[in-house]
Amino acid sequence: MSEIVAFVAQTIRIAIPYLFAASGGVVAERAGVVSLTLEGFMLTGAFAATLGSYYSGSPWIGVLCGIGGGLVFGLIHAVASIRYRADQIVTGIAINLLAVGLTRFFLLMAFDSSSNSPRVAGFGVTGDGGALTGALLRNPLVWFGLLSIPLVAWLVHYTPFGLRVRAVGEHPAAAETLGVPVRRVRYFAVVLSGILAGLGGVYLALDQHQFTDSMTAGRGFIALAAIIFGRWEPVRAGIACLLFAAAETLQIQLQGMQGIPSQFVQMIPYVLTIVAVGGFVARSTPPAALGKGDA
Amino acid sequence: MTASLPAIRMNGIQKSFGPVRANRGARLEVGTREIHALVGENGAGKSTLMRILAGLYAPDAGTVEVGTPSGDLRDVTGWSTADAIKAGVGMVHQHFMLVRTLTVAENVVLGREPVRGAMLDIARAITDVKRIGDQYGLRVDPARLVGDLSVGEAQRVEILKTLFRGARILILDEPTAVLSPLEVKELWGVLRRLRDDGATIVLITHKLDEVMDVSDAITVMRQGETVARMETGAATPEAIARAMVGRDVALVTMRNEDEGPRTSLEETPRSPGPRSSLSVSSLVVTNRGRRAVDGVSFDIAAGEILGIAGVEGNGQTELIEAIAGLRPVASGTIALGGRDVTHASVRERTEAGLAHIPEDRHRRGLILEYSVADNLILGDQHHYATGARHAWALDGRRIEANANDEIQRFDIRPPDAELPARALSGGNQQKVVIAREMGGTYDVLLASQPTRGVDVGAIEFIHAQLRAAREAGKAILLVSAELSEILALADRVAVMYGGRIVATLPRREASEERLGPLMTGATDTTRPAA
Amino acid sequence: MTTIAARQRVEEALLPPLVALLVALVVGDILILLVGQSPGAVYRLMLSGTWGNWYGFGQVLYKATTLLCTGLAVALALRAGLFNIGGEGQLAAGGFAAAVVGLVLPAGTPGILAIPLCIGAALAAGGLVGAVPGVMKARFGAHEVIVTIMLNFIVLAFLNWIVASHLHVPETLHTPEMRAGTLPRLMDWISPFHGSAANASLFIAIAAAVIVGWMLFRTRGGFELRAAGLQPDAAEYGGVRVGRVWIKAFMISGALAGLGGINYTLGYKHYYEEGFSGGAGFLGIAVALVGRNHPLGVVIAAFLFATLSQGGLAIHALVPKQMVEVLQGVVILAVAAAVPEVRRLVQGVRAGAAR
Repeated sequence: MSEIVAFVAQTIRIAIPYLFAASGGVVAERAGVVSLTLEGFMLTGAFAATLGSYYSGSPWIGVLCGIGGGLVFGLIHAVASIRYRADQIVTGIAINLLAVGLTRFFLLMAFDSSSNSPRVAGFGVTGDGGALTGALLRNPLVWFGLLSIPLVAWLVHYTPFGLRVRAVGEHPAAAETLGVPVRRVRYFAVVLSGILAGLGGVYLALDQHQFTDSMTAGRGFIALAAIIFGRWEPVRAGIACLLFAAAETLQIQLQGMQGIPSQFVQMIPYVLTIVAVGGFVARSTPPAALGKGDA
Repeated sequence: MTASLPAIRMNGIQKSFGPVRANRGARLEVGTREIHALVGENGAGKSTLMRILAGLYAPDAGTVEVGTPSGDLRDVTGWSTADAIKAGVGMVHQHFMLVRTLTVAENVVLGREPVRGAMLDIARAITDVKRIGDQYGLRVDPARLVGDLSVGEAQRVEILKTLFRGARILILDEPTAVLSPLEVKELWGVLRRLRDDGATIVLITHKLDEVMDVSDAITVMRQGETVARMETGAATPEAIARAMVGRDVALVTMRNEDEGPRTSLEETPRSPGPRSSLSVSSLVVTNRGRRAVDGVSFDIAAGEILGIAGVEGNGQTELIEAIAGLRPVASGTIALGGRDVTHASVRERTEAGLAHIPEDRHRRGLILEYSVADNLILGDQHHYATGARHAWALDGRRIEANANDEIQRFDIRPPDAELPARALSGGNQQKVVIAREMGGTYDVLLASQPTRGVDVGAIEFIHAQLRAAREAGKAILLVSAELSEILALADRVAVMYGGRIVATLPRREASEERLGPLMTGATDTTRPAA
Repeated sequence: MTTIAARQRVEEALLPPLVALLVALVVGDILILLVGQSPGAVYRLMLSGTWGNWYGFGQVLYKATTLLCTGLAVALALRAGLFNIGGEGQLAAGGFAAAVVGLVLPAGTPGILAIPLCIGAALAAGGLVGAVPGVMKARFGAHEVIVTIMLNFIVLAFLNWIVASHLHVPETLHTPEMRAGTLPRLMDWISPFHGSAANASLFIAIAAAVIVGWMLFRTRGGFELRAAGLQPDAAEYGGVRVGRVWIKAFMISGALAGLGGINYTLGYKHYYEEGFSGGAGFLGIAVALVGRNHPLGVVIAAFLFATLSQGGLAIHALVPKQMVEVLQGVVILAVAAAVPEVRRLVQGVRAGAAR
């Protein structure tokens, strides 16, 4: 029994960043803006939170700073992709590179290190086993993370904003003729994705109580894989996040035992996504106007 | 002229798009409680004028005024779509603006969503949509996904969108192009109810029978200008047609006769050659599950033009695509000069002597970024390549020579082979397509909407090319939405409806009166003589 | 060509990269000032550390070689209307294959035999990885951006596993040294290049650029490929089998990226090492973009980014080299934003003038 609890706890711990990023990414993508940037948003949020927590001593300030960082980067992506109609795949890659570069640059400037920051205050010590569950329950970011998916699901399906997001991502011209401010809707969606993905990074940094160079390590892309595998539906994407996290947990717990090498477990989210996109299981079609930029 | 204040008044409207002058001082005056037909040929400027009214464009010059509830005229020149919608002007476009993945109710309320607190009140949206639908006879289920609707149902959703926003002035752009006769009647019912309820309706159309059927007044446009205004009660189809075309309609259809004994109405058409150039037999082509072409058979001989008349959407596009090799055939056969090509590739059909003028030159016919010279060898590029199996280097000199030759023969302007195709006008772009397809060797030509979006001068040129090709012994399949074009060029006329050929007549027996009903699926010919 | 059309094409091609460079300069100035240095001094040091001395220049040549290959790969794919984000995986696969062949061949195999075999292996491996998104798009309509991104992770994880479990030299992340098939360094011929990693793969890469240029603009295959990229419906109508073009384009693109792998393995270290690419696969996208998808532009852009990268090391005393990474991101963002903006301005002005 305690093993199951430990498994679940570990899975949730791994899943929180994915859940945050996927919930944000789903909104942006449904609105028609490609979200390769989740990785960069996450990294920025992580670093900003570290700075904030370090200089103030309070993790909550860190959270605010992380939100701010995600917001700013989200705005950059929005301006480039929407106002300037830059190719969204290229801006995605650019923003990821920018995030890596800027975080490294300021990591050096602020902490005089090229690898990691000093220890900062988080939301409690996370140990292993039973202590982990307790620590998770006490960490407000865990709750926010778990709630982010249902919140976004509600937003997309039960609010006027969500209706507009769905319309704008499928047929922006139709929305435009009805007076829907297509660009403004997309701006909101992208900035929201910046904030949520940034929070994923905040959680990561505060959970480890420090910022390490490139600490997101591809999590943003796993979140994107979850979105695609979940067919751009928030709840399904959330389930996919949990699935991927569970696979990782399994691999960690099986480490050392003869079995599937860790690298193959690492591949699972990506293989599943390719399968989904190839329509081998159920056809995964993106929003019709995804990446098209204009109304 | 109605005694009450006009609902719409537009004066001196000028609008250009680059070199194209869509409106040159157009005028329009429409009263309240009126169904007003805005009539003209393709390219007359009707859509542009109405889009200005709907706030999609701002005019370069001129004034737009609409009547207010309090009874005055308000100058709204250059207003936005949002302003127009707020003032009660709604437009139903030719190409629907509907989100397929959303429901009817969601599409209708988008942008003006009913809310309960922070939540979207879908239940109220559904009841609202139902209420309006019942009020005006627009039957459609608010909870269905738009992607599942038929074309007629989708159009009802478009109308509901405008009514939901309180539209009192409704503009419909060629609404019947995609409707069945029954749906057209239902639409007329809806429009009449709206009018009796106090609304003003502008109907953009080029179909004279519709004008006579449902309108109260008519404005005729030609080449960007307004040339006539009449009360429907006092008008005749001939008068309208004359105004539309600028010359006696009778002369247009008679032109065929003036060209000598070969085309006189008395003589039988040219006897076909010993072997058909194009032979289609029991062809079935599916599109998204339904049979778009449902068992079509015909033969075309060398030196003959077979014209296929019919409302768009009855399978003509799929038929041409199947013959051209762009769409797979479900069953049946296609033969070129006796050779079976039913499953041959596009290139193989080209080698077998098939040429194709596609109906959408921007999508199919041209690569706009390529130069004129490159476009002129599209489809033939392997003939300009050297090396083993035509796979390698392109011979620049021969390409240039070919381009200069065809530019001259087909009078393409400006005569610069290196210009990107997008720099040419519509008419010249079409000439590039025609030069490419008709400038080489071929036996069978598929011409689909060959003069769509082309100015009058180029139209005459293209028609002359088609006639010359027939003289030279080519077999031509002509598909056109313009009945006048079919009547001017074809030796035999076939009517396509619902994926089938419902009649094939020699030219002398083909007339608008006879073909019209056939095109809309009716079999009665009780149309009063002109 | 008439002057208007020609000038328009030139403007659309050249303005975006120039705008991007300007923006990058400005941002660079800001960052340099932030660190308390003078921009003039920094830029001078950057130039002298790259094109101003033999070693630096050699390093620029070395880095440009890989970028040239990955840039060509992306550019070619883009000409076919395809987005190849899989450069990282294709590059690694190519380098790995070349190293393995060099490992397997008996020592003493003459270069005439060994080198083409190794290069062939790099091309084949890259092409194989590239074929996956091509086939998936042609047969199943799968979006190639997603497939290539995911495939990167899969390929890299796979290579990691092979090397870590079977092929690595203990205490390291690289394979044993190749026994045959290595390429000479430039310093072997021109001694002032001493110490730099530049090697003969540079010429192979340049040759590849020339071949790609010829293929794209002078052959029927290139005509059809570009047609499929610009207007697939019209290409299909013109007899082009668009699906086949996609597969072929992706395979060639992957092969080109794979070719980039020989720079490190055959020319420099003579073994495959995890992470050798240093992000060159992704940067290839930037190179293609700045180079406007034209082989000549790609060559110039590759040199530009290589200079930037090497320059970052050269100015390390004054400014952290991380600034270079920031500038890379800024340049890409600026070019991406400038392309549609420039097109809008150029064509809008023209349309207005014509009235």
